[in-house]
Amino acid sequence: MAGGAEAARLSAEIGQREQELRGLRDRLAAVLAGGSGAAAEGSGAAFPGELPPLPAQASLSPADILRYSRQLVLPELGVRGQLLLARSSVLVVGCGGLGCPLAQYLAAAGVGRLGLVDHDVVETSNLHRQVLHGEARRGVPKAASAAAALRLLNSGVQYVPYCGALDPRTALELVRQYDVVADCSDNVPTRYLVNDACVLAGKPLVSGSALRLEGQLVTYNYQGGPCYRCLFPKPPPPETVTNCADGGVLGVVPGIVGCIQALEVLKIASGMGPSFSRFMLMFDAREGRFRNIKLRPKKPDCAVCGDNPTVTCLQDYEAFCGSSATDKCRTLHLLSSEDRVSVEEYKKLLDEQVPHVLLDVRPQVEVDICRLVHAVHIPLSKLEEKDEEYLEYLGKRICEEKQRTNGQTSFPVYVVCKLGNDSQKAVRILQELPAKELGSVLAKDIKGGLMAWASKIDPTFPQY
Amino acid sequence: MAAPVSLQVEFGGGAELLFDGVKKHQVTLPCQPEPWDIRNLLKWIKQNLLKERPELFMQGESVRPGILVLINDADWELMGELDYKLQDQDNVLFISTLHGG
Repeated sequence: MAGGAEAARLSAEIGQREQELRGLRDRLAAVLAGGSGAAAEGSGAAFPGELPPLPAQASLSPADILRYSRQLVLPELGVRGQLLLARSSVLVVGCGGLGCPLAQYLAAAGVGRLGLVDHDVVETSNLHRQVLHGEARRGVPKAASAAAALRLLNSGVQYVPYCGALDPRTALELVRQYDVVADCSDNVPTRYLVNDACVLAGKPLVSGSALRLEGQLVTYNYQGGPCYRCLFPKPPPPETVTNCADGGVLGVVPGIVGCIQALEVLKIASGMGPSFSRFMLMFDAREGRFRNIKLRPKKPDCAVCGDNPTVTCLQDYEAFCGSSATDKCRTLHLLSSEDRVSVEEYKKLLDEQVPHVLLDVRPQVEVDICRLVHAVHIPLSKLEEKDEEYLEYLGKRICEEKQRTNGQTSFPVYVVCKLGNDSQKAVRILQELPAKELGSVLAKDIKGGLMAWASKIDPTFPQY
Repeated sequence: MAAPVSLQVEFGGGAELLFDGVKKHQVTLPCQPEPWDIRNLLKWIKQNLLKERPELFMQGESVRPGILVLINDADWELMGELDYKLQDQDNVLFISTLHGG
């Protein structure tokens, strides 16, 4: 039996070495792919220049036939469709939760060229949904990481990573070089920018989006169909837009939408034609339901694709939407500096045992993830509603703490949330409460919230 | 007098969060002198379903930018928008567009 144990030990060791090798290869590929891209970050101008046209192939090689045989035998695709795919280029805007599965299936199916745009780097909190990136590539630009992963999958496809944001100055030039564009971005200004660039360049746009447990998909600007602006002439007010960090997203949901998006791109590129021009696909993962919605036709008065367009060149989309072209959390400036303390200042008053109440206003689901044990928890929504039960509870806790002091006139209440936005709203609410509710309190918020606490004071505190 | 109208009113894409997270609402609109249209339905929703922060749902007498209205699974623009006359058993869906990826 000693032989068996030895075999098991050796197998385990081989497995471990192979894993190390894979990690090294991934990192090498990422470094090679990112070589030119890293310098381009932020500037936009350093994107690779005009690409040579894809060579027109007259027939499939024996290797191609073997590789794509299972889809070649489909009459809907066939050799003709496969050759069209090989001659097609697709620009993928965003290499995140949608872009990863989309690019993976397009690469596997044998599209000729994939342009991969992303300004961001791989972070740990991306990995649950952005399935082309791996642990070894944290910190690597996403466009380069995606290109490295795809190269391992299908080396016959050309990958062009663009490690920078799509920029109004360069977007049109870029979009012109591709046949189909897939919007896999995560913010409103980029969606208008991609749409306008596609209309001006005359390219079909397959647009996917996902949040929480829902997804949506539409093909815009396809052969006289409506564009994004036909549906949404005005951008939504910024305060109504939720990103994945705030709203959450189940990884497989953008995965499903990205896969359908890939299918739609393949159908357009191979000549089968799309299914979602003038239709919106809505996916509700909670109910397990897909819905097809019939949409309006192209609008004659559309600002960009209408009869008398007012948008004839790309503009400043961040100004148009009143929000930035990232999905990073917004920083609110509601309170003046005297109503706020830093995490360092709060730590000091904890150390000095200054009597106070710490009020955590995050939703329960986030409190379940992590919390400071001495905090009183009341979700912001309950404060907004002026929920009597909660206010009474807060009043009681303030009273208890107050008894330890010698009757301070204004009792300090420090308000904390994840990032320091909701805590400012909560302080405003507390400041506007009539004095009879809580007695005289001095409410301040903690700048940067618990995430600042985790990064500056307590490295063992979880970040999410 | 228009007879009472029964509808299924649905919210999605996050718009349901303004309605206690409830996506489907079975609604019976009472009798009133003029027929029910979407314009009146929005007023009724604002008074009866939407408890707070109406600015996150409405702008003026219509929905705010970024919310699509779908009547029986078709874009309301194909149906007359605010002037669409509601029929008994209609399905009206208000969907907030998603931007995440």
